[in-house]
Amino acid sequence: MPVDARAEDLMRELAPKVLGALVRRYGHFDVCEDAVQLALLAAVKQWPADGIPSNPHGWLHIVATRRLIDQLRTDSARRERENLVLASSPPDAFANGPADESSGGTIDDTLQLLFLCCHPALSPPTQLALTLRAVGGLTTAEIARAFFVPEATMAQRISRAKATIVASDSRFETPADDEYQGRLAVVVQVLYLMFNEGYTATGGTELMRPDLSNEAIRLIRVVSGLRPATGEVSGLLALMLLTDARRSARTAADGSLIPLAEQDRSLWDQASIAEGVEIITAALASTRLGPYQLQAAIAAVHDEAPSSMDTDWPQICALYELLERVAPNPMATLNHAVAVAMARGARAGLVMLEPLDDDPRIADHHRLPAVRAHLLELAGDIDGARMNYRLAARRTLSLPERRHLELRAARLT
Amino acid sequence: MKYMLIIYGNEMVWESLPPDQLSTLIRETDALWTELRRTGEFIGAYGLADQSAAKMVHTNGDGVPAVTDGPFIEAKEYIGSFAIIDVDTEARAYEIAAANPSSRLVGVEVRPVMHEAGEEM
Repeated sequence: MPVDARAEDLMRELAPKVLGALVRRYGHFDVCEDAVQLALLAAVKQWPADGIPSNPHGWLHIVATRRLIDQLRTDSARRERENLVLASSPPDAFANGPADESSGGTIDDTLQLLFLCCHPALSPPTQLALTLRAVGGLTTAEIARAFFVPEATMAQRISRAKATIVASDSRFETPADDEYQGRLAVVVQVLYLMFNEGYTATGGTELMRPDLSNEAIRLIRVVSGLRPATGEVSGLLALMLLTDARRSARTAADGSLIPLAEQDRSLWDQASIAEGVEIITAALASTRLGPYQLQAAIAAVHDEAPSSMDTDWPQICALYELLERVAPNPMATLNHAVAVAMARGARAGLVMLEPLDDDPRIADHHRLPAVRAHLLELAGDIDGARMNYRLAARRTLSLPERRHLELRAARLT
Repeated sequence: MKYMLIIYGNEMVWESLPPDQLSTLIRETDALWTELRRTGEFIGAYGLADQSAAKMVHTNGDGVPAVTDGPFIEAKEYIGSFAIIDVDTEARAYEIAAANPSSRLVGVEVRPVMHEAGEEM
């Protein structure tokens, strides 16, 4: 691996540990976060030129601590805080790095940082942006690029998010057991959102930087290593791996979407599939069933099938039935209808769609006519299919999806 | 979600405004964009030059461009300015449109901006 890539991986891995340690020692999440960003920028400049230091963790910690002091000093209005920091620093804090600090505490620091960034007072997109910066170690410019907004806009969002957290007086500690599961559920949701942001983005010919899907997989791996992983954390890790395995097959060279049934399955990443299958098999056998696990199990059945025709559709139907019982939602019903159509015929699938026309959560969503069009096409109703593809194309806000749906409609003659 | 806010108008609308109302309109619009910069919802806002400065570019079959005055369509109103915002909800987009002072005068059109993400189907 070239020095630049290795340095980047190291920085991403160390950033939350250094930030966690600073926040634990000094408090002031907002000021510490700025300090760690400055230390990362210094590392970006120096490491590729001078080589990676022998103790990169200690290096980042020392530089970040100095920046923290600098920042407090330059702002006279914050004089009080400076005194506080200096008072709570042991005299040798700046002479020696934390090189010998055991890594035992730092892992929990990462989780606590995730809890802070996924603070309930923040909106999900803001939780996502802050997580990418504070835990993922991404720069504001990279995050802004990933969300297609100007850097100034993203900078403002992040600084407001930090102010919100500081104002809510959140303490840097692991929540009590009853609260822990609830907060963990939010973290898991944010990582799922992060993954989808990366996975659904095609970005035309230009590959998206940074790669949000890889970052989400990396972070969910960290979370799953923190405690005895809960079933849903394992389930989400497996779901991400099993979905990401299909990535290079799901878009054509021109950026257009290729549906699952038409993908070149030889392009699927077999190592990711094997790992995902192993994780989900273990989770299903030993933990309480949840929606991420069931979605992962469905993805596993798809990924192990040699073709769409040779897919175990009855098994997928059974898993969707379970999913609708555990976590009823109309999107699952839609996918369930496709599976039923494949197992028992298009008409059976179409019947399942009928109640969705009266469900306000999905009645106006483009996916309903898109699925209906597909099933009508299978049933041989060409006019009905064309009309529904066009309706779906008018409703979607996604350009690649609109092109895909328009093409489907145009192909029907 | 990104939305474009579009304000249509014509000379008659703008020239009919008394100077103090016009300056209030400009001041309130500027204040709204400043507020959106602060909230991190602002992507950009642009006023367009008078429609008499508009040109039409047509290329013929050989790819030769022709630039003419225009568009000279019989439209009663033209796009006077537009802004792009990035907000959490549709309701917030309407709220911002309503806070724009032009909503009192000519109305503000709110259009979702399409994105490049696509779900596997």
